[in-house]
Amino acid sequence: MDFFRQHILTIVAFWPLAGMIVLFFFNKENKTLIRIWANFVLIAGFVLSLPLWFWFDRNTSDQMQFVENIPWVQTLGANYHVGIDGISLLLIMLTTLLGPLAVLSSWTAIENRVKEYYVFMMMLQVGMLGVFISLDFFLFYVFWEVMLVPMYFLIGVWGGPRKLYAAIKFFLYTLVGSVLMLLGILALYFIYPSIAAQHADIAAQFGVGNTFDVLAFHAIAPYLAYNFQYWIFLAFFVGFAIKVPMFPFHTWLPDAHVEAPTAGSVILAGVLLKMGTYGFLRFSLPILPEGTKHFVPMMITLAIIGIVYGALVAMMQPDMKKLVAYSSVSHMGFVMLGMFALNPNGLNGSIIQQINHGISTGALFLIVGMIYERRHTREIAQFGGISNVMPMFAIVFLIMTMSSIGLPLLNGFIGEFTIMMGALQEHLAWAVFAGSGIVLGAAYMLWLYQRTMLGKIENPANEKLLDLNLRELATIVPLIIVAFWIGLYPAPFFRILDKPVNKIVAKVRPDFFQGAPRLNAENGAVR
Amino acid sequence: MQFLQTVTVQDIGAIVPELELAVFGMFLLIFDLLVKEKRKLGYFALAGIAASALFLYRLRSVEFSAYGGALSLDPFAIFFKLIFLLAAALSIAISLKYLDIERENHGEYYALILFATMGMMFMAGAVDLVTLYIGLETMAIATYVLVGFLRSNQRSNEASLKYFLLGAFSSGILLYGMSLLYGISGSTRFVDIAEALSRRPITDPISLMAMITLSAGMFFKVAAVPFHQWTPDAYEGAPTSITAFMSVAVKAASFAMMVRIFMVAIYPLRPQWVTIMAAVSIMTMTIGNIAAITQSNVKRLLAYSSISHAGYILIGFIAGNETGLTAVGLYLLIYTFTNIGVWAVIVALRRKDVIGEHVDDMAGLFFRHPTAAVLMLIFLLSLAGIPPTAGFIGKYFLFAAAIETGHNVLAVIAVLNAAISVYFYFRIVVSMFMRDATEKTGLTLAPGLNMALGVAIIFTMLIGIYPDPFIALARHAVILGF
Repeated sequence: MDFFRQHILTIVAFWPLAGMIVLFFFNKENKTLIRIWANFVLIAGFVLSLPLWFWFDRNTSDQMQFVENIPWVQTLGANYHVGIDGISLLLIMLTTLLGPLAVLSSWTAIENRVKEYYVFMMMLQVGMLGVFISLDFFLFYVFWEVMLVPMYFLIGVWGGPRKLYAAIKFFLYTLVGSVLMLLGILALYFIYPSIAAQHADIAAQFGVGNTFDVLAFHAIAPYLAYNFQYWIFLAFFVGFAIKVPMFPFHTWLPDAHVEAPTAGSVILAGVLLKMGTYGFLRFSLPILPEGTKHFVPMMITLAIIGIVYGALVAMMQPDMKKLVAYSSVSHMGFVMLGMFALNPNGLNGSIIQQINHGISTGALFLIVGMIYERRHTREIAQFGGISNVMPMFAIVFLIMTMSSIGLPLLNGFIGEFTIMMGALQEHLAWAVFAGSGIVLGAAYMLWLYQRTMLGKIENPANEKLLDLNLRELATIVPLIIVAFWIGLYPAPFFRILDKPVNKIVAKVRPDFFQGAPRLNAENGAVR
Repeated sequence: MQFLQTVTVQDIGAIVPELELAVFGMFLLIFDLLVKEKRKLGYFALAGIAASALFLYRLRSVEFSAYGGALSLDPFAIFFKLIFLLAAALSIAISLKYLDIERENHGEYYALILFATMGMMFMAGAVDLVTLYIGLETMAIATYVLVGFLRSNQRSNEASLKYFLLGAFSSGILLYGMSLLYGISGSTRFVDIAEALSRRPITDPISLMAMITLSAGMFFKVAAVPFHQWTPDAYEGAPTSITAFMSVAVKAASFAMMVRIFMVAIYPLRPQWVTIMAAVSIMTMTIGNIAAITQSNVKRLLAYSSISHAGYILIGFIAGNETGLTAVGLYLLIYTFTNIGVWAVIVALRRKDVIGEHVDDMAGLFFRHPTAAVLMLIFLLSLAGIPPTAGFIGKYFLFAAAIETGHNVLAVIAVLNAAISVYFYFRIVVSMFMRDATEKTGLTLAPGLNMALGVAIIFTMLIGIYPDPFIALARHAVILGF
């Protein structure tokens, strides 16, 4: 048990890899066995991650816990350094929860090249978990890149008609961003020794040699020159903003979502996008506080454009999946708005909303996938009055629609409300724009629900649709439970987030807790 | 002149690995007349390489300047000689069956590879213009013949002629630069040349003339833009096994030569050549990559990609510090394994009636031969520099060197190019994994080829996951070398 506890992060992250290696020895014709195994591996992965939730020390949730630090590429100063704080904990739980649900949802949807499919799903899981546990930049980058390959294949092999285009677009966009990010990492790597040499406390803790240690970079943050921070922020920005995706780097997302198979979309929206926001939280804000403040006006502007633009475009979509994809652009705009309000409310809301987006949008993609499997079309005009034949489905869909538009009692409300508070604290206009996004969100989601679910069945093809079966319910009920849990009793989540968020705020705005200065929207300076 | 001094036993001892290759090569020519089954000659050549490697291993800790300072035996030379032997051995291993299919299995093929390798080994150790040039021409002449080895194939003949003419031309330019250097310094030794150059003003027209002609000759040899045009034709026409050999060994040898010349002989002119090299590097990366996008012949595609890789490697020279030079060595080592792997798969595609060179020939490879397709995928990811493959470590070092020395713009252009390259590498991936198989016959996999693939994949993954010893090796070579 001690061994398990000491290496729990490694075990959780690499467990799917072990499952994947075993899968290689399966006969590719025996599809049922492969499916059972894949589901077992990822469900077991979730179970393995549960101790993290219970063992995690809430009182020191801003400290890295379950840390392992083993020398890896010693000549470079890169270590296998993993550990989690409250923020990573939530994202890891989200990943291990969505992974098995996505795999379960593929049971009947994926019929060809089944073995490869599950191999890639497991590889993807390893990459994502690795990103959230890495405390070494080199390690982080490796995981970040590793995840591109399986996602490329998931879209490119099992995707829709324009799958090749969407897959390569996804790959190239992300790669361009991440290689520029790599240059930023390198710049930090080379500047570290000169700063450590001047500050005995940092040198004592992390040494004076070149290092990729994220915590060492956190430590040198106050001593980085303004100009330097400016450029590094831009390098990181490209990497993370493409992943989020922020307007105007979002164009890969609708393509990737529409072409990807259901499970791919669930993972993409649910977890992959969070890698971008996580990057901002973990690296840009604490390491580059001055750079961050300089770019607040730009970030807020882009976030607001994302919110409004995403919502407006979503409203016009004739395709359900595309609608949900564009709603992601809008919701991620919220997340960015909250984050760059740079106050505890905004950041708390931003992180909660990341989880919420994973839950709600993940569920919505599952829902679209369910109906697609029945009708092989996602065109909204093809549907109408579905609630008459699929009552259970209609209820599930309704709950998730409500969650997505932020109705009280459900998760979305908590996130949006907290973000609004954070935004209002800084600038009235920010909150107004955010509010307009909520209204637009309600409009397109309710309109979607109305057009597909309500009224009489007009299209004869819809008359004989079967309601959800047990497997489908099993994929979505856990998400509903979490949605209600966050909506009704968010305290455990805020408790985990409170301390790490305050730590970030203290880093970015050292004087925030003495008198709460506001970020000025006009020039980004702290008043 | 220094090399007319008395030759000592130690001098002979320093070149035993090279002599040994020459002896094996000559015996191969004799055995060719006696042995019916030519594949045995291949094994004999492999034995020769193994013996040479053994002698090289015994010299590993010797630091020695042989022949009155004409040839240096240092960690740098040994590191590169190791790469050449490795590349030669792997190239021979993938040739064994391939030559049968092309019906051109002759003993002199293996002998020429050994001679070329010997020439390269002299190049890596040369610290003197004459030694260098002899090594270079030994390598080049053997390679001209090898490129045209498919005698009945017009494409091969044309390639050989083109390669020969341009190669001879570039050697002439190189020689012109060398003669200027000799005129300036009155010596052929690199250290004397450097000393003489440093005494002259940095804008001295003769020095500049020497530098420019010398650089042009070198850029020809490594196929850097604008002297790259011969590459696609030569790579396409040559027997695929020789393309593999050229793309790793010849390239590594030319870069080893460049390190000595640029970092020792004409180092005093660095402020001048670094600007030229930066421009050449940017053009080479970009033009190589962009031209590769439109190719439908895999050999041409990889030829252009190899041009762009030369552009990346030049970054190491521009940085010019320890990280940069380590990067050059490490990159070439990694590139040897990765590229041999790629070419091995293409060699395997060559069967009775299939040329195996078109992107379409790879269609559905995954369904016919999943292992080969997955290996190819990993090699391509390594060429593109995606972790956790070795290629990432190589690129990492180059980018790091650029950032460390403040060449930020160059670094940005390089990483964007790395992203472009993914586009055409993935055309091959798409063909292998996402299209239906057009060809039903299986691959030509022979024991030698399998062995080469095995070595290539093991090192491609190993260097990617645990690069420490390899970094140390490359760093050791440049810190203590030259």
